[in-house]
Amino acid sequence: MTATEYKAGTNLEKVFSEGKFVVTGECGPPKSADCSVIEKKAKMLTGYVDAVNITDNQTAVVRISSIASGYTAQQNGVEAIMQMTCRDRNRLAMQADLLGADTLGIHNCLCLTGDHMSFGNHPEAKGVHDLDAITLIRMIRDMRDEAKFQCGEVMTITKGSEAVVSPKFFIGCAENPFGDPFEFRALRLKKKVEAGADFMQTQCIFNIPKFKLWMEEVRAMGLHQEIKILAGITPLKGVGGAKYMKNFVPGMDVPDSIIDRMSSVEKGAPAQAEGKKLAVEMIKELAEIEGVAGVHIMAVEWEEAVPEIVEMAGLLPRPTVA
Amino acid sequence: MITAERKPFDEIVALVGDRKKVLVAGCDTCVAICLTGGEKEAEVLASELKIKAEMDGRDVAIEHTAAIRQCEWEYLDMIAAKVEEADVVLSMACGIGIQSMAEKFAPKVVIPAVNTNMLGMPQEHAVWLERCGACGDCVIGETAGICPVVRCSKSLMNGPCGGSHDGFCEVTTPEKENIDCAWHMIWDRLKEQGREELMIKVRPPKKWNMSNSGGPRKMVREEAKPV
Repeated sequence: MTATEYKAGTNLEKVFSEGKFVVTGECGPPKSADCSVIEKKAKMLTGYVDAVNITDNQTAVVRISSIASGYTAQQNGVEAIMQMTCRDRNRLAMQADLLGADTLGIHNCLCLTGDHMSFGNHPEAKGVHDLDAITLIRMIRDMRDEAKFQCGEVMTITKGSEAVVSPKFFIGCAENPFGDPFEFRALRLKKKVEAGADFMQTQCIFNIPKFKLWMEEVRAMGLHQEIKILAGITPLKGVGGAKYMKNFVPGMDVPDSIIDRMSSVEKGAPAQAEGKKLAVEMIKELAEIEGVAGVHIMAVEWEEAVPEIVEMAGLLPRPTVA
Repeated sequence: MITAERKPFDEIVALVGDRKKVLVAGCDTCVAICLTGGEKEAEVLASELKIKAEMDGRDVAIEHTAAIRQCEWEYLDMIAAKVEEADVVLSMACGIGIQSMAEKFAPKVVIPAVNTNMLGMPQEHAVWLERCGACGDCVIGETAGICPVVRCSKSLMNGPCGGSHDGFCEVTTPEKENIDCAWHMIWDRLKEQGREELMIKVRPPKKWNMSNSGGPRKMVREEAKPV
């Protein structure tokens, strides 16, 4: 494939298009102006993932912006997938930020609705939600492919000029196979495909049988041939985290068998080792499912576990693409 | 009061589609007062739909009725028989009434014939202006009885923006010519009241979680519950 045929030409897009099994990571920016945390996490993940998600005020808590953090990550060796939520900005700000991210060399964008303000540290804030994840996807696609703003106006360099410079993004989205109503979840992905998403990543998978059911629906609609699907993995550090996710994180499905397994080992190092082993087993099982193009490893505040998991799963070295 | 405007006729026709038994249901409270969706307006819409069906050569049974209030369960019983007969109900109530009809008579298809637009008042005959955003955290005790949430185009909390000019808001469209600048009015009235300091002090960001930004709202009055 020649460079001109790529939609955005990112490492992520190229690894997908070569049919290689993709590995992505996730990195949360800090709650202060100290970007050294991002530098450290980016260096840690370089060579172990093909690109890293940079969260956008995740759980509605203010942090360094995903664009600034994504730029820092890229300066430190790993390609960024900038997350963009609909909660904090209207369509003007989003388009301005997309143009800005493009000029800073960020070309992967993951479109999200965003966690509600009530979960975060500014529960009194006004929720914007001018667009939703689906209309955001369409807006970015039209900016990229048609050089048009959401309003329909064409991007021109100077007034009256024919020349246009459109931002190039490989467009991502998320979907939760464990959300309700279950029968709408694959259809929601279909809407996102129709809106223009190029890749998607799932919510953390613990219930593999249910994920397989969802993938059956996805395949029945042929969606796996239209969008690259990354299965979401969260390595567990201990039984506490597993129970917390089961009981308190909306839309999370953690079977009792996982809880039992994590509670059968001692806290601390043995539990962490078990968590990594479980993650590796799950990656191997997910990789066998038709239509799964890679894994997205969300080791929240445990990024240092990622290199070992990727290695144990036999996913090294990461492919290099021209 | 809640105000609403009738949807364009073509949109209503498209929403009704090819259904054969249509009931146009008015509501005799707020939407009747703003001359949009009372029994009389329901009758007018039903007539228009009949003429349209005749012109198109389609055989459609079109009835009309009205509830005293579509937003309270007990008033819906009075129109239940007519609703049961229909394939589709075109509700002319506000969004609250339309939803209570859809819930009460589920899975009957209930569609809106109006766009609910504001909580407002008749400023003069046949002219309504928005007055309240039901934001859940009323500030007008400190803004001279004028709501900046809905009467300022930007919902500002600390006085007018730079676009206030000659007492008017910078937002001007053919439909919205000469919108009063809410903060200009607030300033004038606070001065009249000798309370300018209320506008000079810095007001904190508003608690939007008391509005719909906090999720759908619910009010419970324990003392009013039946024992």
